[in-house]
Amino acid sequence: MAYNHKKELSKPERFVGGHRLCAGCGAGLVCRGMLRALDEGDKAVVCNATSCLEVSSFLYPYTAWEDSYIHSAFENAAATCGGVEAAYNVLKRRGKLDDTYKFLAIGGDGGTYDIGFQSLSGAMERGHDMVYFCYDNEAYMNTGIQRSSSTPRFATATTTPVGSVSAGKKQNKKDLTEIMAAHHIPYVAQTTFLGNFKDFHEKAHRAIYTEGAAFVNVMSPCPRGWQYSPELLPEICKMAVETCVWPLYEVIDGKWHLSYMPRKKLPVTEFMKLQGRFKHCFKPGNEWTLEAAQQYVDEKWEQLLEHCGQRA
Amino acid sequence: MSIRERLSGNEAVAYAMRQINPDVFAAFPITPSTEIPQYFAQYVANGQVDTEYVTVESEHSSMSTCIGAEATGCRAVTATSSCGLAFMYELLYVAASSRLPVTLACVNRALTGPININNDHSDSMGARDTGWIQLYAENNQEAYDNYLQAMRIAETPDVRLPIMVCQDGFITSHAVENILIEEDEAVKAFVGEYHPEHALLGRETPLAVGPYDISPYYMEHKVQQAEAMKNAKRAVLDVAADFEKTFGRKYGFFEEYCMEDAEVALVLIGSTAGTAKACIDQLRAAGRKVGLIKIRVFRPFPGEELAQALSHVKAVAVMDKSEGFSACGGPLYAETCAACYDLPERPVLVNIVYGLGGRDVATEDIARVYDHLFLLTRNGGQGPKYIHMGQRSSEAEVL
Repeated sequence: MAYNHKKELSKPERFVGGHRLCAGCGAGLVCRGMLRALDEGDKAVVCNATSCLEVSSFLYPYTAWEDSYIHSAFENAAATCGGVEAAYNVLKRRGKLDDTYKFLAIGGDGGTYDIGFQSLSGAMERGHDMVYFCYDNEAYMNTGIQRSSSTPRFATATTTPVGSVSAGKKQNKKDLTEIMAAHHIPYVAQTTFLGNFKDFHEKAHRAIYTEGAAFVNVMSPCPRGWQYSPELLPEICKMAVETCVWPLYEVIDGKWHLSYMPRKKLPVTEFMKLQGRFKHCFKPGNEWTLEAAQQYVDEKWEQLLEHCGQRA
Repeated sequence: MSIRERLSGNEAVAYAMRQINPDVFAAFPITPSTEIPQYFAQYVANGQVDTEYVTVESEHSSMSTCIGAEATGCRAVTATSSCGLAFMYELLYVAASSRLPVTLACVNRALTGPININNDHSDSMGARDTGWIQLYAENNQEAYDNYLQAMRIAETPDVRLPIMVCQDGFITSHAVENILIEEDEAVKAFVGEYHPEHALLGRETPLAVGPYDISPYYMEHKVQQAEAMKNAKRAVLDVAADFEKTFGRKYGFFEEYCMEDAEVALVLIGSTAGTAKACIDQLRAAGRKVGLIKIRVFRPFPGEELAQALSHVKAVAVMDKSEGFSACGGPLYAETCAACYDLPERPVLVNIVYGLGGRDVATEDIARVYDHLFLLTRNGGQGPKYIHMGQRSSEAEVL
């Protein structure tokens, strides 16, 4: 059925107001969006890694979650979710449970790309019937903006500051979506918040209703870490896609599909100039950083087109 | 009817698990506990259990899986040793503070480094303050019996704490003994079904587990946890009483061996109790008044009861099979000293650290400890308090 934004937004909220996330933060959008993608009547258990999201949404004695929710630690959301799913299977098998539940793990890039990577890889390999959503804001924001393996090259973070001999982070961003695709799980996708959320919604729904393990990587800007004014969130997401810094695609049963082909691929500076974390790249003498950033995006984009069969 | 069967300690625990048919088993191998998940895998493969058997990629994930499953309202179990337990460390606290009665079979092994696969208690002693109940076994029979009692203790409504069922790596885990096992139906009836009040699934209201807890609430939650551990003392005794009524074997916080008129005594944990009993039998035959207290329950620590049991003794050697690096003795010694402090007349207490990394302890070694205790009764307790037994490099060797 075609996506109907108005209808989707008229569903009761399952991640409600009163949480303490910042204005202009992507994490809340991921939560509302992923829960909206559940069919009405289906229940969920959310398994959350320690993160800004966790400390902002479940501060005793309040919770913003309408569904069952468990937070265990920073590095084990996927394994915890696997345990919940295993328990569901045995309760079903033994006739102790009738309802249909879906299992949604969610972590930031710190809890997903880095400290929770082993747990994620293990759970995906075992094929638990669950979806892992990463809200990727490209640094350890909860502890005060330290670099992660997801932080892009040249971004400043409090552990990769700019100085007389430093132009920000030295390494390129880890390509976790591709690594998850290499697990050969039934469904992997990369998305962000665009326009009426059609891309995000359809991918979240497909992920949840694909049997087996699924992974959805959502670029989720952070106004504090990326240094932008909250109202610029949609513009930044749009530019991430139009510059091919964050291409939208899916890998369904091993087949790569490009979700969106920009009519005219914009220069990476259109994305970078919106954010304070790249400010130093635009200073005289640092032209090389912009060139290197562009070159990296171009290479990755070409590789993706090849995966998706979009090249002659 | 009980059945006589030859089983290793690992097999006895796996056998108990099969009889209980837990909901979820999170499996990861580590010597010497590896056989437990292996035996269980065969039960799964043979259709003898319908447990969800999750073959995780690490002990960290096995405890995480147990936490998720237990919060869901299921019985979750795992087994581990040494570094595996250390790798779970953070999650041990999560399980306990979330009040999730996970059952962990701990086959005690020395902690690395240097890497060593043999028995001592440094792994579970390192976890003594994580909020887990800890039971220890002397032999295969006790490993089996403790496992049958574990879930009922842990799941007691005013306890709801995770439980570690410990036995000595290789010494009991791999040695085959002739033990009494119970019939499947009798075990199932004794252990019963698990119906937690709250769970992530299948309840009218959803549940949220694992909040961010700020100062105005955190301490209340810690006090509730501390109260739960105190309540566990009564639960241990209640379950033991029912166990004795059902199966005829008696358990308590600790076992007293020849303590009634003992002038000197040992306090220790685990399989060394067997060696000590053999030594005591020899010394008693020669008219020497020696006794033993074998600790079964280390958490909650039965401080008052232990002090009472030692109150008439002149000198006590507390034997620690782990080195706590406190510079003043091992963990069992510290607990025993603290417990005895309020006695009107305290025995002389010394600490003997022994058997680290699987170093053998024979009846002669135990006899030397008793000789040393008699010396202390004569010299007014003079001499070192913190002794490592059988040190080949020690210049001032006491034992």
